[in-house]
Amino acid sequence: MKLKQLLVTAACTALLATTVQAEGVKVGMITTLSGGGAGLGIDVRDGFMLAVEQAGRSDLEVVIEDDQRKPDVAVQLADKMIQSEKVDVLTGIIWSNLAMAVVPATVAQNKFYLSPNAGPSALAGKGCHKNYFNVAWQNDNLHEAAGAYANTAGLGNSFILAPNYPAGKDALTGYKRFYEGALAGELYTKLGQTDYASEIAQIRASGADSVYFFLPGGMGISFLKQYADSGVDLPVVGPAFSFDQGILQAVGAAALGVRNTSQWSKDIDNATNAAFVESFAAKYGRLPSLYASQGFDTANLLISAMDKADVADQDAFRAALQTADFASTRGDFAFGPNNHPIQDIYVREVIQEGDVFTNKIISVGLEDRGDAYAADCKM
Amino acid sequence: MTRESCLNVVLMGLLLAVPLAAWALDEPFIITLTTRAVIFAIAGVGLNLALGFGGLVSFGHAAFFGLGGYAMGILAYHAQTYTPLMDWPFVIEGTKSMLVIWPVAIVASGLAALAIGALSLRTSGVYFIMITLAFGQMFFYFTISWSAYGGEDGLSIYVRNSFPGLNTMDPIQFFAICYGLLLLVLWGVHRMANASFGLALRAARQNEERLQAVGQVPYRLYLTAFAISGAITGLAGALFADLNRFVSPSMLSWQTSGEIMVFVILGGVGRVYGPVAGAALFILLEHTLGGLSPYWHVYLGAILLGVVLFARGGIFGLLAGREVAHD
Amino acid sequence: MSWILLVEQALNGLQFGVMLFLMAAGLTLIFGVMGLINLAHGSLYMVGAFAAAAVAAATGSFVLALIASLAAAALAGVLIEATIIRRLYDRDHLDQVLATFALILIFSEGTRWAFGSFPLFLDRPEALSGTVSLPFGIEYSRYRLALIGVGLAVAAGLFWMIAKTRVGIRIRAGENDREMIAALGVDISRLYTLVFALGAALAGLAGALIGAIQSVQVGMGEPVLILAFVVIVIGGIGSVQGALVGAILVGLTDTLGGFLLPKAFALFLSPAAATSVGSSLASMSIYILMAGVLLVRPKGLFGGA
Repeated sequence: MKLKQLLVTAACTALLATTVQAEGVKVGMITTLSGGGAGLGIDVRDGFMLAVEQAGRSDLEVVIEDDQRKPDVAVQLADKMIQSEKVDVLTGIIWSNLAMAVVPATVAQNKFYLSPNAGPSALAGKGCHKNYFNVAWQNDNLHEAAGAYANTAGLGNSFILAPNYPAGKDALTGYKRFYEGALAGELYTKLGQTDYASEIAQIRASGADSVYFFLPGGMGISFLKQYADSGVDLPVVGPAFSFDQGILQAVGAAALGVRNTSQWSKDIDNATNAAFVESFAAKYGRLPSLYASQGFDTANLLISAMDKADVADQDAFRAALQTADFASTRGDFAFGPNNHPIQDIYVREVIQEGDVFTNKIISVGLEDRGDAYAADCKM
Repeated sequence: MTRESCLNVVLMGLLLAVPLAAWALDEPFIITLTTRAVIFAIAGVGLNLALGFGGLVSFGHAAFFGLGGYAMGILAYHAQTYTPLMDWPFVIEGTKSMLVIWPVAIVASGLAALAIGALSLRTSGVYFIMITLAFGQMFFYFTISWSAYGGEDGLSIYVRNSFPGLNTMDPIQFFAICYGLLLLVLWGVHRMANASFGLALRAARQNEERLQAVGQVPYRLYLTAFAISGAITGLAGALFADLNRFVSPSMLSWQTSGEIMVFVILGGVGRVYGPVAGAALFILLEHTLGGLSPYWHVYLGAILLGVVLFARGGIFGLLAGREVAHD
Repeated sequence: MSWILLVEQALNGLQFGVMLFLMAAGLTLIFGVMGLINLAHGSLYMVGAFAAAAVAAATGSFVLALIASLAAAALAGVLIEATIIRRLYDRDHLDQVLATFALILIFSEGTRWAFGSFPLFLDRPEALSGTVSLPFGIEYSRYRLALIGVGLAVAAGLFWMIAKTRVGIRIRAGENDREMIAALGVDISRLYTLVFALGAALAGLAGALIGAIQSVQVGMGEPVLILAFVVIVIGGIGSVQGALVGAILVGLTDTLGGFLLPKAFALFLSPAAATSVGSSLASMSIYILMAGVLLVRPKGLFGGA
């Protein structure tokens, strides 16, 4: 009898303790969960929620909404999160154009925004903001590393292509920033294009010694399958987006051997990453993608700041975020002066492990890379 | 009072009562949501003029919606960055005043509708549906690759444009502006529908020969209706961009054209207040179903299907009975 | 720019056009016979691709996958025809547009619910991998060449069927005068179901064939749907010949436009500006083509009077 009473009292005290603490942080996650491109949002969400679950904190509440990949819906949800849900922190957006629609207004209303994926250049340079933290990469980063890799691999005549939209132009600019060789050709394709026969024919005729492409999502799958079948066997380099775990299985053997650049890989050798890969696979029954790792890191960054400061004290909380004092799946991770990551970008190769296609790190493309826009950022 | 006008009053009353209640209860998001419905309603009322009264099934109205949005985006962008819009042959500065932005949006989209209409009206039936779709797609791809104004990323405006005497960043005040414009547009369309222009338009829809016999040229009638229709939708676009403080090519996608059409059909084709009911119901469905399941589009599809198959004439057909013959 | 590259691009355009024809043929037949605008035609294309990917993953056979795509799309077609589409034949175009728009929503999210949000894998058969050497030193993908062959064969079969067989005669009769053939004792509703299933099966086949070199994912049908509409409008709605001519015209315009326009602009603009202007204009080119054709011939190239 006494024991039971004691237990009840203990439970009550514990409950009280948490309610006292429960000033807590409320996070609004706006991400793409339906329609085309839902795979990326689902990965970010699952990675984020895995970290939240592992932290087991009662003072962290997450509200999740689907933006359907529509900018106007994303803006509407951000309004809802800020006005009705009264969140402290927003996160989750996958696409640069949606981030451009949501982030400036969010930070202007004194909320924090942690980007788990998009890193448009406009928000890294003149448009930077003290409350905007990018936990993934600046959009140019992976392309810069690919350019640097082309130099070390002795590639001197690249054919480069990307879709005709801002992120595509940023991609090719990023590649050219570090690449020292000549260009055999430079092409902008239609956004959402699915047939690349024409481009492949031009690659064949150009006399290039390598191909660099940025074609996210289904565009990349189509390109790789058609490229593999075209008889053109120049080495292909691309950013990780076309080779992440979610879509590699759909590309199949056509991707084998392709070099791609990424700030994360499931074989990065550190304890956090090993534990992350294992627990993600155990919980969701699939291997994590780079988006999942970004979601996971974003949540852990947030939790690390919660340990140090109260979100109500904006300056202290911001300072806590800036120190980036959390165990990242990527190993070393720090924020630059514009709150964008300084991190290693790796070169990976697509390999086959049993029935599963995945990536293996072969070298470091750029070490401790920040970004090209930090100098324009005046906070 | 007929059942239809009774329904109109109830509808407009509800649309006013909901945000006022939300204002009293400090639920600003509900106000934002209603504002969205009101803006979509204006776009729908615009399309309804061509589609409902003229029988012109335009699958390209997103072009005018987007054009209005870009008119606002571009003017505000130049005002925000203090760069002139044009400095040759004379200097044009950007502006953040709604009173300047609206006429520009209306004129720009009206002129575009005039040009597109002049070409498209040479065709009819399915060909008209498809040629308007083609023009819509042309504008869509143009804005995607228009890098000067952000391309696919679109343009962000940090603060809403200004209206004399009001704080437009306050949800309820911005709602009031949009609601006022909706009333104005409804009044205008109502007047037009019952004036000789509207009667001739409906007559043309039913029997072109008869109209020609009394000396009216249907082509000119249709073109006028189409241009006014585009201009109204353009105004809605400018408001929509202001609501979101953002404009992007997704406003011009063919799905947007489809959605505006859905507002009209859901509410009741050819009823002046039909699109208002349609837009309100659509927003309500989107908001409630979205919370139910990640696959909520299935339910939305099923409801739309149900309306087409079993509730001909949309909400108004269901609640106000069959349309009274006007001729 | 060598002429070999130009020939290769023309072949690519032809291949693209021939595949568009498979989509457009069904769309135009359904419109010609039943007077129905079917926006959900792209969903049938998607159903075909997903069925093929699922069967290929289970059995490893591409032939079985193709059969599955035909069967699944035809079945889905019959199902929606019998339950929903049938009620739309005597409605105006507006109702048809809205109802089939609703069907797209249901098909897309339903497929995502059944197969998940990630793209599926479907590969061309090993026997058709690699390239073949054509005369004059042209290297061309074997699979794409096979696609051109299959597409032209289907087109020939379709023309033969419409011209010579009993079903074909009924279809033609149905296009001209619906009451008449009903009066002649033809079971009109069976004919409608048959035509719809045929169109659906062709779309499904196109989905599977294209899915093997592109990505099998939710929403893959919509861009193709819009293009197929452009095709049938250019050709003249209801005309299968028109669909073939329109498809090849659109295929060539899109491919050659994307290839030649940036080069044309490079003659008088800086390379970066030329690529940018050329690519934007290229992405608008087929719509410009369509608007141009309709302005000269408001009922399309092969449309009645």
